[in-house]
Order: sequence, then structure tokens, then C-alpha cells
Amino acid sequence: MRKLLTYLKDYRKESILAPLFKMLEASFELFIPLVVASIIDKGIGGSDKAYIYRMGLVMILLGVIGLACSVTAQYFSAKAAVGFTAKVKSELYRHIQSLSYTELDQLGTSALITRMTSDMNQVQTGINLTLRLLLRSPFVVFGAMIMAFTVNAKAAFVFVVIIPLLCVVVFGIMLFNIPMYRKVQGRLDRVLELTRENLTGARVLRAFNKQNDEIGRYRESTEELNKVQMLAGRVSGLMNPVTYVIINGGIIALIWSGAIQVDQGSISQGQLTALVNYMSQILVELIKMANLIISITKAVACGNRIQAVFDLKSSMEYGTLRNPHTDQTSPILTFQNVGFRYPGASEELLSDLSFTVNDGEMVGIIGGTGAGKTALVDLVARFYDATRGEIRLMGHDIRDYEEKSLRQMIGIVPQNVMLFQGTIEDNLRWRKKDAASEEIDRALEISQAKEFVQRRPKGLQTWIRQGGKNFSGGQKQRLTIARAIVGNPKILILDDSASALDFATDAKLRMALRGMKPAPTVFLVSQRASSVRYANKIIVLDDGAVAGIGTHNELLKSCPVYQEIYYSQFPKGGGDHR
Amino acid sequence: MLQYIRHYHVFLILSVLCAAIFVALTLYNPILIGNAVDQIIGKGKVDYAAVSLILVKMAVLTVIAGAAEWLMNICNNKISYNVIRDMRRDAFERLQILPFPYIDSHPHGEIVSRVIADVDQLSEGLLMGFTQLFTGVLTIVGTLLFMFSINPAITILVVVLTPVSLMAAAFIASRTYSMFQKQSKIRGEQTALIEEMLGNQKIVKAFAYEKESQKRFDEINDRLTDCSLKATFFSSLTNPTTRFVNALVYAAVGIFGAVSAIRGRISVGRLVSFLSYANQYTKPFNEISGVITELQNSLACADRILELIRETPEVPEKEDAAVLTEPDGSVCIDHVSFSYNPQQQLMEDVNLNVSRGQRVAIVGPTGCGKSTLINLLMRFYDVRDGAIRVSGYDVRDLTRKSLRCAYGMVLQETWLKSGTIRENIIMGKPQATEEEIIEAAKASHAHSFIRRLPEGYDTVISEDGGNLSQGQKQLLCITRVMLCLPPMLILDEATSSIDTRTEQKVQNAFAVMMKGRTSFIVAHRLSTIQEADVILVMKNGQIIEQGNHESLMQKNGFYTRLYNSQFVN
Repeated sequence: MRKLLTYLKDYRKESILAPLFKMLEASFELFIPLVVASIIDKGIGGSDKAYIYRMGLVMILLGVIGLACSVTAQYFSAKAAVGFTAKVKSELYRHIQSLSYTELDQLGTSALITRMTSDMNQVQTGINLTLRLLLRSPFVVFGAMIMAFTVNAKAAFVFVVIIPLLCVVVFGIMLFNIPMYRKVQGRLDRVLELTRENLTGARVLRAFNKQNDEIGRYRESTEELNKVQMLAGRVSGLMNPVTYVIINGGIIALIWSGAIQVDQGSISQGQLTALVNYMSQILVELIKMANLIISITKAVACGNRIQAVFDLKSSMEYGTLRNPHTDQTSPILTFQNVGFRYPGASEELLSDLSFTVNDGEMVGIIGGTGAGKTALVDLVARFYDATRGEIRLMGHDIRDYEEKSLRQMIGIVPQNVMLFQGTIEDNLRWRKKDAASEEIDRALEISQAKEFVQRRPKGLQTWIRQGGKNFSGGQKQRLTIARAIVGNPKILILDDSASALDFATDAKLRMALRGMKPAPTVFLVSQRASSVRYANKIIVLDDGAVAGIGTHNELLKSCPVYQEIYYSQFPKGGGDHR
Repeated sequence: MLQYIRHYHVFLILSVLCAAIFVALTLYNPILIGNAVDQIIGKGKVDYAAVSLILVKMAVLTVIAGAAEWLMNICNNKISYNVIRDMRRDAFERLQILPFPYIDSHPHGEIVSRVIADVDQLSEGLLMGFTQLFTGVLTIVGTLLFMFSINPAITILVVVLTPVSLMAAAFIASRTYSMFQKQSKIRGEQTALIEEMLGNQKIVKAFAYEKESQKRFDEINDRLTDCSLKATFFSSLTNPTTRFVNALVYAAVGIFGAVSAIRGRISVGRLVSFLSYANQYTKPFNEISGVITELQNSLACADRILELIRETPEVPEKEDAAVLTEPDGSVCIDHVSFSYNPQQQLMEDVNLNVSRGQRVAIVGPTGCGKSTLINLLMRFYDVRDGAIRVSGYDVRDLTRKSLRCAYGMVLQETWLKSGTIRENIIMGKPQATEEEIIEAAKASHAHSFIRRLPEGYDTVISEDGGNLSQGQKQLLCITRVMLCLPPMLILDEATSSIDTRTEQKVQNAFAVMMKGRTSFIVAHRLSTIQEADVILVMKNGQIIEQGNHESLMQKNGFYTRLYNSQFVN
């Protein structure tokens, strides 16, 4: 949190002035009981009406100054809090842009979104409240005590006892309740989980006739929630009654000791009322302070979580290489004894991969679930670094390339089909903002998307709703392929990107890819043997290791894993399959 | 709503009683203080006996007031926490008997939010709000009465001035409302962008779109900052302004009271009581206006949750519903028509006779009615016309429990409940032994991956499988059915997420399992259904072709085209 606060330095003036003005306002409030005391003593005691009016005016004046001060304070604190949060948000967003896949995996998407939204709001509220109230409340509490001492030290001694007592009660209850509320939240989450689970699993649960068991589970968990809620409620329900009793006890003591002082002539009747007034002021402020501390604790927790994201630095460093000269004959990509494991994983996901790919080749990658197909292409695109071995791109270590030029060289169609809100054209210009319309047209043609885009009344200007919900799975896949083709990447990676296409469209797509000029090197990941069988080279993966590399015919002869895959999809003798 | 509170009417009465006692005593307190001050006039003019009497009275009443407030809090907690527990249970029990048309047509997030968020809001707003409203109104009325009893003239002054404070608050609120609306609109825009971009940060990186993304973010962020500042600042004016108006009231009471005191119309002690009333008087007003919006909000929530609780449940079972004890495995679909909504007919006059042990495969393009058929077989939905007969019984004459027990079902959308792997596997057979469980897991080829999990069969999986892969989840669902082995099977794309090699092995296990059992298989990989006894080709809710693989291929119709499309290149 502390490092985060350095962003407040642009608002140094505001963050100093806001509490200062708030204190000014509070100090004017503290004068009121004294004014009332003198009205009683001098005005009423001396039957002096003019004095009463004068003092009345003073009270109004104090109110006006107080208002001016507090409006100023509110403005400064709002400005500092809002400005600070905006700055931190923008910086955090920028920071997230710099993180590599490894850190993104580590943090998780939903955590990132929470940091950027609700955590930020919490911090903003926390800072705003802190600037306004953190100094004010203690100032009023101790100010009231000091003022009481100036009135009469002996009578004011009651304050010295009451204030710590109140603090113990207020903060004690609060401290007890913070973990309690966390517990309540935990149990509530469980109730929520059960509710949701029973909706999503309704078919299975009813198919297995589990309704009564589930009702029993639910009864248990609601009972558990109820129990902690009751306990937390019983304790926090003590706060108001106990503080009320303590304050009134203080007032009783004050009146008694005040009576003795008045009797001895050391204070007046009016001063006694001032003391009583000071006592009543304390309670309100202490409760405000307790609430403030709760919000501050929350804000600090959120701030720390945000700070943790800032502390995470990208583990990937890029070189400066942009466009190396290459002769066409040397391989575009070589893998040399490459091994890879995800950070924190105990076993290697890929081990001992060695192969070369020539410019313009089409490479098929096939294997079962969890064989490491996606991990392999993630290494090709350098989303992750190999944990051992070497990957060379156009003769240079892939780590020597500058990030931007590497991204421009590689077009990727991820497994997870994702389009963004905006027009089709906006989406297609993701790789290359200034792409010519011919280029976009060509990309649509290759990806077999042209026809359905044209059928839409607005064509390229058709609005894509969030997540591309107004397009079918196959259409989305073809658009994501088009998006990757715009900008003529040297290497094109299709990660199981044709799974939603019917076999005929899949075939046309592969034909069109092969006809591209200049021909990109294509990596084609698939579960379908039919998709990869015409590739120049097929890499068969099995449990993270290469089970075979070669053409379809070679592999069908020599590679048992490939045979198994192939015959599971095209049974031997299962009709003529050309 | 009342029926829920009725259970706790003793607490409600007690709570109201305590509130009344508490409010009356706290209001009486300033008067006692004033009385005491009146006995402490000046040097040598202190009536100790009277003062001590008043102070003792104060002490006793303070303790009683404190106790009353505490008791009130406890009663309120008891009522509200128990009411929300009861409502949630009722809602949940209703969920168990709601018909599938309801569950399928309502977004689950919305139902969950009714049961969780709405019920919470209800307890906070309606129940807590009620007590706040009650004590608030009581305080205002009480204060006015006390003030009137002391001095009507000053009371009128206070009553005339208070609306100013309320008006000031209302004025600010109405002005800031539009700013808040604008703020929440832009904030919504920003959240949408964050969710979309950060939610797909990997794609953003893959396309080197970072700069563009940042630009879009900063543009919204700047707009948000601008209107956020205004909204925050203006809304924060409410407190200082009402405080200022209160200060004016206080000053007015002070001046007016002091002048009256000189004239001897009021004692100093009374003036002190008055000033403390003037200070507190406006607070409940501000609270009440907040409470009323909360109350309106809560009423809307109450409607939503009660609507769910009162939703019509599925058609009750007939009183003489038969229990299907030894199903013979025959299924007869007799002139069945069905539609999800009355305007759009889906199935029309579908007929099918399946005898014991037959393997029925259903194929066809998306939306052709494959899943609908399963919904009807399991009686998740009821047919509109015609009948489905199992072992000769109309399914509507059987208990749902015994009908569903007769089927083992594996669906494409794998669903696992939160709990251990074991709990998930034994769902259909809670008394299964360890050996049986492992045997079933071996048959479904799930054993090897379960064994490698940190706690083996006792590994706790979070809701919906958590870190298991889709294929692994599917294997667990298959194990679940392998364990209880009911006489009839429904496999809806049961192996769609499993790679083809493992699938082959699982299919072999199924083949063993299906011997002598009637089974319905939906698959889009046609290679997996070639050996079925009957293949139903469905399109637009109709069975357009029917036969085994050879006869359908000979027909050279829709099935043949579907089959050949797999091999096009």
C-alpha cells in the first residue's frame, strides 16, 4: 500500500489542505459549548439581551466559517481521491499490458478484473474518507477533552477515564467483528455455491434422485450461516447500548463533580453545561472513527492487493532484433532439445522436442488431450520461454527479437474463439490498424468468411456483440482466422481453429491457406486426422514427447500413436474414404 | 412476507416494546440533565440531595434503556436472520420441484441472485429498516411532545426551521442524482472494457494491441475522472449543509431560549434540555429518508423472492403412481408431439419402438431435437400429445424417482458437485464399496488420473470440476454411471471431450456395459455409432430416416451425406 501512496504526490497540496480544513471546521465546532456557556452565565445571569444577540451572531458566524472550511475540505479530498485513483488505474492497466503469459496465468483473469474495478473503488472511498475524517475525529475527541480541561481540570478528569473506556469498547467490538464478518461471508459463499450448483446440475441431481440429500445439505449450511450471523449480531448489538451507558455514566460523574465545583465557586452553571456538551460530542465522533477504521482496513487490504500486481514484473525480456536478413534456404524455425514446464509444475509438459520447419511449410500437430499441442505453439509464438533447449527463428535465438516485431511476424488464431465488441472491420484491424481494404477482403476470402459477412446487411460494419454472441461458433472461428491473416504474418498458427467448421469448409480453408502468396509457414493444431493429413510435416505428440514426425503416409507406416489416432477416426475398412 | 415473520411474533412484539421503552428513556434523559443543572445554580446554591436523587434516577434509567436497546437488537437479529434462513430454505426446496421449463428459461445467475442478494437486501432493508423507521418516528414524535411540554413557542420555532435542513438535503440529492447516473454509466463502460480486454489479455498480447487498448482505457478513464470528481464533491456537500442548517437552528433556539430565560419563562436547565433536543431532532429525519428508499428497494426484492417461492411446481405425481421395480427395458414412443413454446412446433407425431437390449443411436444437425428426446425420456419435460411408455407404463403414471432410477445418464455438459471425487462417483449408489468404486473407475479409464491426484479419490473438487480438464470431468461422469449400472442408458455426447484414442477405449467399456441394456446414444462422431441396432436420423424435430448403418447407407439419403461429409477433402 505504501508504494501505491506515492501516486498521491501529484496531489500533495490537496492531501494536506483537506484534513487541515477539516480540523479547522472541527475546532469551530468545539467553540460552540463555550459560547453557550457564556450565554448562560453572562447573558441570562446578567440579564443582558444585547450580549445574547451578539453571542447568537457569533454562533451563526462560526457555523458559516465551519461550512466554508468543510466545503473546501470536501473539494480537496474529492479531487485527491478521484485523481489518485484515476492515475493508479491507468498505471495498473499499463502495467498489466507489460506482463507476460506466465504472470497472467499466475494472477488469473478474474483477479485482475477485481483489482481494476471493485478494489480501486474501495481504495478511492478509503482515501476520500481518510482525508476527511482521520484527523477530524481524534481531533474532536481530544479537543473536547482539552477544552474540558481549560474549563475545569478537576471536573475534566472524568474525560480521562471515559475516553479510554469508550475506545476499548468500540475498538474491541470492532476487532472482534472483522474476522466474524469474514466468517459470515465464507458461510454465505457456501450457501451461494449450493444454490448455483443445484441449478446447473438440476438434471443430474434429479436423474439420481438426490433432491432430499441436497435439501439436507442446504439446511445444514443455512443453519451454519445463521449461527455465525447470530453470534456476530449479538456482539455488535452490544456497541450502542454499552457506549450509551458509559457516556451517561460519564455525564452523571461530571454533573456530580461539577456540582461540587460550582458549590465551591470554581466554575459557573454555564461552564458545567459546556462540560456536559463536550461529553456528548465525543461519542458520535468515536463511532465515526470506528467505522472509518473499518473502511480504512478494507481499503488498505485492497491497496495491498493492487500493490501486489504492481510488484509482479514481467519475467520475459525481449531483444532488439527487428528484421534479420535470411536466405530462403535456411529453416525458418528450429527446436533444439526443447523442454518446457509451467512455472510451479513439477513435471515437464514438453520434453526433448527437436525439429526444423522450412519457410512456407504447413506443419500439422496432432495428439490426444493434454499431449502438449497448445504448449508447443505457445513456445513458437514465444508466449512462454522454453525451460531448456533452444528455439531459433530465422537463424536467431527467438529471445533476441524485439516484442513488437515478433508479434507482427506471427499471426495466431487461439483455441478460445474471442471477438471483441465493435464492428467486424474493427476486429479485423487488430493486427494492423491501417490495413488496406483489399487486404481485409483477401483475409475474409481465405478464411471462408466473405460470404456470410456479405450476407449481413451492414457487411463489414456489422456490430459484434460482446463475446461475439450474434455469430455462430463456426462464423466466429472464421473471423478469428481472418483477423490473424490481416497484416501478412510470416508464421500463422491455427490452434484447433477449425473444430466448429464442417468438414467441407475445413477443407476449403486449408486449400485457401496453401494458396496464399507470399506463403506463410502454417502451424495447424488439430484433433482431426483429416485436417492434418495433407500437411508437409506432421508432428505427433504423445504425453509431451514427439511420437513421430513425417508425412501422413510415413507416419501411417511407422508411428503407432498416429495409427491409433487415425484408425479411431477412420475405422479400417469403414467404407471408402478416398 | 408476513407468514415468515409470524413464526417470530413473540420477538416482534418484544422488539417493539423494547424500542418504545428505549426511545422514551433516551428522550427523558436531557430533561433529567436539565433538572440537575437547575439544582446547581452557583456558589453555595447547590441542592446536593436533589442532585443526587436525579443522578440516581438517571443511572437507573440509563441501565434500563441500555438493556432495552440490547434486547431490541437481539430480537431484531433473531427475526431477520431466521426469516432469511427460512426463506432461503423454502426457495431452495421449491427449486427442487420446479419444472425444467422454468429452470431452463431463467438465467441461473438471476435465480441465484434472488436467493442470495435479494434475501440479504430484504433482511437489511425491510427488517432493519422497519425498526429504524419505527424508532425514528417514535423519536421525532417523542421529541416534539417533550419540547411542547417545556416550551411551545420555541418548539414552533424548531418545527418551522427543520424543513430547511430537509430541503437542503433533498436539493443536493436531486442535483447529484444525474451526476451519479452519468458516473455509473461511464463506470459501466469502463468495467465492460476492463472485462473484455483484461479478460482476454492473452489475445491482446498476441496481437500487440497493448497500446491501442491503453488508449481506449485512458480515454474512458479521463471522462470518468471528470464526472466522478463532480459527483463525489457535490454529494459530499449534504453533510456540511445539513450540519450548517442544524447549527442555525441551534443558534436560534439558543438566542430565543436565552431571551425567554431572562424573562423567566424557562429555566436554564430547561434551556439545556432544549438545546440538546434541537441538536438531535433532525437526525431521525435524515435517517428516515434513507430508510424509505431502502424499504422500497426491499419490497421489490421481496416480490422477486416470493415470486420464486410461489412459482408453480412440476405436475404432482398421481396418487396411485406405480413404482417401476423391474423395468424390462422396452421403450415405446407413441405419437408424441412436443414443443418448448406453443408458437413453434418442434416434434410432431414421433413414433418409435425399442425393445430390451437394443442400442439406439440418434444423429442429426444441431437443433434437430436430439436433446429434446432425452428431456422427454427422462421426463424432464412432459409430452404435449401422445405418450412415452416404459415397460408398458405411461411415464406419467410412474413415480419420477423410479423412472429416473431406471436410467443411467451421461450428458455432454459435465456436471460435478463440489465435494470429493468419491462423493461424485457414488451419487447413484451411496453404499458402494471401495472395490466397486475402483472397478468402475478402471472401466471408465478414470482410475489412472484419479490416482495421480493429490488426495486420490478423496481429492476435493470445487464447484464444477475446478482444475480438472473437460475430458477428465467427462470420465468421472461416466464412472458415476458405470458404478450403478441401471437397466437403461442415455449417453448424450458422452465422450465428446475425450481424445479419440481414449474414447475408443471408453467405447469398448460401454459396449460391455450395454450388453442386455437398452441404450440411447447421441453422438456427432459417426464412427462411434456404426454398430448401433437402430440409428435415428433427426432433422427439425422429426425422425427422417431410421435403420442400421448398412441399410441407411444403401438408402443414399441424408445419413449417407452426413457420413460422407466426414471424409471430404
